[in-house]
Amino acid sequence: MGRFILRRIGVMLLTALCLTFIVFFLTNLYPNLEKMAKTEGNMRMSDAEVESYLQNNGYLQPTLVKYGQWLGVLPGYVIEGTDGKVRAKCATPEKPVEQAPAFCGVLQGNWGYSNRLKKDVDVVIGEKLALTGILMFWVMLLMVPSALILGVLAGMREGSKLDRTLSTFSIGTTATPEYVSGVLFIAVFASSAVGLKWFKGTATSAMDNITFENFFLPVLTIAVYGMGYIARMTRASMAEVMTSQYIRTARLKGVSFPNIVMKHALRNALIAPFTVIMLQFPWLLNGVVIVETLFNYKGFGWALVLAAGNNDIELLLGISVVSVVVVLVTQLISDIGYVYLNPRISVS
Amino acid sequence: MDPLSWSGILLQMVQQFAAPLIAVAVTFVVSFVFKRRLGIYGKLFDSVIGMIGLALVLFWVFTAFFAGALDMVGTHDPLDQSAMMKKALPGEPYSKLIGEPDPNAGEHYLLGGDNLGRDVFSRVVDGSIKVMLIAPFATIFAFMVGITLGLPAGYYGGRFDTVLSFLANLVLAFPVILLFYLLVTPEIKETLIPRIMAGTLFIFPIVFLTVLWNSRFRTQASKRNLYVGITLVMGTWVYLGIAWDADPTGIISFPPNLLVVFVSVVFVNSPTVFRIVRGLALDIKTRDYVAAAQTRGEGPWYIMLWEILPNARGPLLVDFCLRIGYTTILLGTLGFFGLGLESESADWGKMIIDGRRLLSANILHIAIPPALALLSLVLGLNFLADGLREESLRD
Repeated sequence: MGRFILRRIGVMLLTALCLTFIVFFLTNLYPNLEKMAKTEGNMRMSDAEVESYLQNNGYLQPTLVKYGQWLGVLPGYVIEGTDGKVRAKCATPEKPVEQAPAFCGVLQGNWGYSNRLKKDVDVVIGEKLALTGILMFWVMLLMVPSALILGVLAGMREGSKLDRTLSTFSIGTTATPEYVSGVLFIAVFASSAVGLKWFKGTATSAMDNITFENFFLPVLTIAVYGMGYIARMTRASMAEVMTSQYIRTARLKGVSFPNIVMKHALRNALIAPFTVIMLQFPWLLNGVVIVETLFNYKGFGWALVLAAGNNDIELLLGISVVSVVVVLVTQLISDIGYVYLNPRISVS
Repeated sequence: MDPLSWSGILLQMVQQFAAPLIAVAVTFVVSFVFKRRLGIYGKLFDSVIGMIGLALVLFWVFTAFFAGALDMVGTHDPLDQSAMMKKALPGEPYSKLIGEPDPNAGEHYLLGGDNLGRDVFSRVVDGSIKVMLIAPFATIFAFMVGITLGLPAGYYGGRFDTVLSFLANLVLAFPVILLFYLLVTPEIKETLIPRIMAGTLFIFPIVFLTVLWNSRFRTQASKRNLYVGITLVMGTWVYLGIAWDADPTGIISFPPNLLVVFVSVVFVNSPTVFRIVRGLALDIKTRDYVAAAQTRGEGPWYIMLWEILPNARGPLLVDFCLRIGYTTILLGTLGFFGLGLESESADWGKMIIDGRRLLSANILHIAIPPALALLSLVLGLNFLADGLREESLRD
């Protein structure tokens, strides 16, 4: 088990390196840098001005070198600009060029500076992750139990009327992307045109003070899309368990049906959904981006849209590192959990 | 002129959709009569869910066809703006403040006007054309890429498999939206990256077809040469036109805007297809008929393409339907974030986010129609996939 985890962590690190390099490469393409220079300086900069700006700020070094500097394995640049001023990557207002350390990258704990939000990237990400974490927590709390109940109810009598109804419902939810269900929910439950006005159509106020009224719709919107998939997996797994020999034995022994479902079938039927729930995280991340945009909740997903839309390179890199790590860690947990829960599988 | 009542709007909408509705009905009647001779497609008519799904999908296919090819279903020009009709309510009579109203246009805005005074109904209809043009073809391309790489990865295994699986997992670990934001921007279009990606991804269909014919007709040289020749000539022609915009005859070209969208959708989908095909190949290669083919001395590609692939068709067909639905959702997501499209064009995702901003002002008729359109199409595809799965499990 230990070697398996070590190997997986090795692959994870390699994946994270490759992915951040891809993001780095794509955000550092010249047209992107040009756009960034123009938003930083002014929109009417001439090509030569753009070039000298980029040159002075170290953006025109080879991509690999820049990546090394961002990561903190290569010393940060010190460039004497065309205007005679010396700029260094590691210089800060407190530590001017002469005292600046040689290395300042992610490995040294320096995630860079968000040009758009005018804050350090790690501060931004910490704030935004906390907000999104709350959202995710409530989503999981709503989604997982309801999906499992749906799936178990549908799978315990395969082919019954209840199964057909619930399965159709879960297909329906997987066919409703967040931007469709979100808009429908807002229209029905939040606008005075329909007249229900049970909830609020935006979640901006939930950033300070979460109430049922302002937070239920975003949570519901994400949960609905993810629910159907987990429910279907649970159903399939439950249906399979219900046909196995030991369940038949239990029935023949005269155990009552509720007892069979609760005591004999449920535990074994929940192994497969566990993996699926863990693998849902990357999907939830997409849902979070859409829902935060839709409900104007300024969390992690909202920051992703902001950073990508404005080519805020360092913020975007920070966000992609975090999301990639989330995806990979959940994959790892799902693998380990599967082995742990299922006595039939062993890694060695 | 008076505004239409809701029943009047409904009646008029049925009239507008008459052609696609009739086409769906005719298809159903014909298929129902001959259903025992139509194989898996005919069996679909034994399952209620499958029939509902097929009806919804066909409805949008025919709507897109009649609207795109014959200019029939919509009542107005989807791009025509009228200052009089800004945020007009459903059923309001059509009029224009500036310029002559189009004499061929309908008398009412059936589902009202959007914030620029364009007809919501015609835009929803027009939006279906784009989806129908991109989603199925992007899915086919993703399948060709996934099959061409997944079969040998599963069949041979080893280092080839390890490297490809690593790459597939790499793409899958990316949040889709981040990938879209990086790939589908106006800045990227100035670089060679979309072209290089298109150039790499679009080679796979040619490779796939060439290997397919070659392995099947290896012993019949004349037939093989004919099929492989046609594939190579046509394939290279289309390939040069689509991927590199370098068609020597100048007939085939692909708007760069659409190319980026198309390429990124294929790129996002193919790793998943790869994983599915690889898993299926791993399972099927242990069967007896594969061993029989190996003993007969068939080549590896013959075994992969003509023994393993046909036996994997059930799950692949089901996934194909689901994947078109997923691609439709992805296209909507792109539109939702305003990525990769001309600002004017009718796109369901774009219409939804535009309409969302007016929901708080109690204007529902701009966001709801495209949302329901997208929902019904994806729902239809998912029902269809479920029907297919049920029927293919039965035999």
